[in-house]
Amino acid sequence: MAVKSLRTIIESLLFVHDQPLSVDRLCLILEEYERPDIRGALDELVEEYHAADRGIVLVQVAGGYQLRSCPEHADYIRRLTKSKGVKFSQSALETLAIIAYRQPVTRAEVEYLRGVDSGGVMKSLLEKKLLKILGKKDVPGKPLIYGTSREFLELFGLKDLAALPTLKEIQELVPPDPFADQPALPLDAVEP
Amino acid sequence: MQSNLFSDALEDAYRVRIEEFEGPLDLLLHLIKKNEVDIYNIPIAAIARQYLEYIELMKELNLDIAGEFLVMAATLLQIKSRMLLPVTPEEEEAEVEDPRAELVRRLLEYQRYRDASYLLTSRNLLGRDVFARKFGSPELEELEPVEEPADVELFELIEAFQRVLARISVDTFHDVIADGISIADRIGEVLSVLHVEKTVVFDSLFADGMTRDLLVVTFLSILELCKLKLIKIVQGESLGTIWLTLAASAEEGSDPESVVEAATHEDTEQEEIVGG
Repeated sequence: MAVKSLRTIIESLLFVHDQPLSVDRLCLILEEYERPDIRGALDELVEEYHAADRGIVLVQVAGGYQLRSCPEHADYIRRLTKSKGVKFSQSALETLAIIAYRQPVTRAEVEYLRGVDSGGVMKSLLEKKLLKILGKKDVPGKPLIYGTSREFLELFGLKDLAALPTLKEIQELVPPDPFADQPALPLDAVEP
Repeated sequence: MQSNLFSDALEDAYRVRIEEFEGPLDLLLHLIKKNEVDIYNIPIAAIARQYLEYIELMKELNLDIAGEFLVMAATLLQIKSRMLLPVTPEEEEAEVEDPRAELVRRLLEYQRYRDASYLLTSRNLLGRDVFARKFGSPELEELEPVEEPADVELFELIEAFQRVLARISVDTFHDVIADGISIADRIGEVLSVLHVEKTVVFDSLFADGMTRDLLVVTFLSILELCKLKLIKIVQGESLGTIWLTLAASAEEGSDPESVVEAATHEDTEQEEIVGG
């Protein structure tokens, strides 16, 4: 019974909070409970939400747990909120991808990989808090080194950086198919 | 070069990213894909020629060409010339790398991150595909909602214009009579056609018998209208017909005259060059 009440307490905390709640944070709030019990209750909750046919899922993002709507219902929610969410320019996405995979990186490294000046787009991403400055590189000129932020993980629904699709997976997803653009020959074509 | 994170382009419609080319690597990948050649065995002479044609056309349209494009042009020509040189015995012994190798590595690496960026954007984005309670990021909430993106790349638009130039045999004689139409006038004309027709095929705006100047002015007008967010440029399928439609905001009682006036100020410089 106690376990069930812990589960529902956590559920209500997750419902009320507007950011992912980490296990550490939950342990601080729920000081009368033991950490393993809290973890266990979270796992059960995730499982419950997953198994039940609900419009809400409990996901692990940015090092915490958060209740989010089902992606399948995005269309309906957009009708309610009258917003279609953020849309990135290709240059912003490329820059984010490079920094996400290569961090910590300097601006010069990003620009070498993209082949274009990226100062503007990186500044913009910093302002949107999707990037953060990790420090300075110990080379002449002491260039700043950049990485992605917690907000980046939240926005893209990533548990942590390790949850990024690996670059090998990318190669598998995009197989080099030289014939992809060519139309298939009709097999029953009759020569005139 | 100015770049916007959440492209202004998509705030309410499509806008051609004149200042926002993804860069020379993007253009090269585009050419490699278009010519269906093996990235590990790039026919460097052909690709370099097409690359330079693009740069020429961009120049002709008076688009700003970022320095990176010129650096790449020089690199391509250097590779081309190195491939023409016979390999000396010493070099053969030292197993000198294919002059294209460095470029291929960069292209592949760039392609890898570009693919990664597609994967990122196909995820369930918070605030777009999935929603949480009170997503407390004012920076992101401030962003305007976007329309469905119409996927016409600037490259494709330029290619369409290249086809127009090829299709229409332009009088090559030097014509002394000034063809007085300005971009502002042409914008007015294109808008009035759109007000009547609602949707217009890109090619139909370039009639036979137009002078080269007029063709260029027409193309620049289309770019300008796009920039002013008065029209949308859409394409049903990749490499398909390009259509122009009025942007939603332009349909409700916009006055072509006032638009033309707004455009006139911005365009003085371009007109001088095109008209001259």
